[in-house]
Amino acid sequence: MIGEVDPTIINITVFVLAIFVGYHVVWNVTPALHTPLMSVTNAISGIILVGAMLAAGSAESDWGVWLGAVAVVLAAINVFGGFLVTQRMLEMFRKKDKKGNA
Amino acid sequence: MSANLVALAYLIASVFFILALKGLSSPITARRGNLFGMVGMTIAVIATLTVTKNWALILFCIAMGGIIGAVVAKRVQMTAMPELVAFMHSLVGLAAVFIAITAVNNPVSFGLPAMLTMGSKLELFLGTFIGAMTWSGSVIAFLKLSGRMSGAPITFSGQHMFNLILALVMVGFGLWFFFSETTNWTAFASMTVIAFVLGFLIIIPIGGADMPVVISMLNSYSGWAAAGIGFSLGNPMLIIAGSLVGSSGAILSYIMCKAMNRSFLSVILGGFGSAGGTIAASDGTQKNHRSGSSDDAAFLMGNADSVIIVPGYGLAVARAQHSVKELAEKLHEKGINVRFAVHPVAGRMPGHMNVLLAEAEIPYEQVLELDEINSDFSSTDVVLVLGANDVVNPAAYITGSPIYGMPILDAHKARTVMVVKRSMAAGYAGLDNDLFYMDKTMMVFGDAKKVVENMVKAL
Repeated sequence: MIGEVDPTIINITVFVLAIFVGYHVVWNVTPALHTPLMSVTNAISGIILVGAMLAAGSAESDWGVWLGAVAVVLAAINVFGGFLVTQRMLEMFRKKDKKGNA
Repeated sequence: MSANLVALAYLIASVFFILALKGLSSPITARRGNLFGMVGMTIAVIATLTVTKNWALILFCIAMGGIIGAVVAKRVQMTAMPELVAFMHSLVGLAAVFIAITAVNNPVSFGLPAMLTMGSKLELFLGTFIGAMTWSGSVIAFLKLSGRMSGAPITFSGQHMFNLILALVMVGFGLWFFFSETTNWTAFASMTVIAFVLGFLIIIPIGGADMPVVISMLNSYSGWAAAGIGFSLGNPMLIIAGSLVGSSGAILSYIMCKAMNRSFLSVILGGFGSAGGTIAASDGTQKNHRSGSSDDAAFLMGNADSVIIVPGYGLAVARAQHSVKELAEKLHEKGINVRFAVHPVAGRMPGHMNVLLAEAEIPYEQVLELDEINSDFSSTDVVLVLGANDVVNPAAYITGSPIYGMPILDAHKARTVMVVKRSMAAGYAGLDNDLFYMDKTMMVFGDAKKVVENMVKAL
């Protein structure tokens, strides 16, 4: 390419494009599913788990590892809680679907 | 796994997250979407595991969090979804702060230079500040939503000025942190503490009525916090997933503001709406309303051809969704066309009412959005308003009214309107509702659940 690009620039590129994708995808979400949207995005923001794992999985063991471990627990609550509660809610929308067809 | 392979795995996980959101465009594809989300998360976690040590510790912590999360997800009442969501936002915020602290403590473990560059410091500052605010703001939102704290706005004179000064002091500490040669813990800690305090201060003046906006806004913040940490660690996975969540929350905030006819800025500045609702200042004339019993209401509905039910916050509070479903079934058996009209801000968070009705197993074909059903009110015999107020206030059509321009459900156009309410108190907007004084309107006072149960008995 034109030479070495600063990683921050690449990160900003990724950031801006991801916002565009998010913007367009979310506008298509049906209003009836806005609560599940919020709980699933809650689970997705649990992606911070990745950062927490890097902190807890650091080779150098000091208190940072333990703080990271706590962050892993917090983020995991989000990931599991978020996806499972979303699933539970969406099941409710299915039940009606079955009844409607019956 | 090499860093390149991990990055590719992150790309795949990101695509799955996008598909997860895309699935929510219809209830039919939504479950598959959620599954995609889980797959994406699994890929991201496994890829990350390959580059970390302390597996036992990490897996143990994931299992612990997983168990807590699973139990919470299983037990939570659907009426309590807003609280759960606020609680989960707070966790993301706190996790972001913890990660930022470990990164400041030991940058090398994240592949950052031992001496943080100015850029890294700026990114850490942003990640910490957004994370801290998300945490404390969400804690307040959680307390307000769960009724552990009054929903009334808490305001004091000079509040905005005080917040502004605090924010400037925080930025000051941030600058001190940037320009310090070594890791300046004093500056970093002060800045973090101030961000926590700011989060509290920004949410306390916002009243209960604006909670749908607040919760969407905090949803957005939790995404930006993840993205901020992504920048700090140079991790594209966090940046992509964080931005998706951030933009989703921002869109929801926008939709909620629009549905309440409020500008985002005025919501943030707060002080609007009290928890109880007060009788609005009258214009001097005594207005009369007609009230009736639930038996009268049941009789009227039983003789109608078409009924539209407008559920609101009062229904959620009274947990009347199951009784309403019985009522709808009874009417349906009589061959009456029953439909539900859901306003975007009905309930306490975006789409909350739809979930409550779904929980009660009301077929979603019967549940319609504002633009889908609004033109049908004029040809409807009976409209039953259950614990809703501002969203059916015809004042929205009167120029100069505080809610002028707010999209409302045109309940006033129906032949007969029945309003179930606890009292004549005004809604969150503090406005009197002319709908209640119309000749064709009958007020049925009482708790929504009891009234509806009585109606079911009477039918």
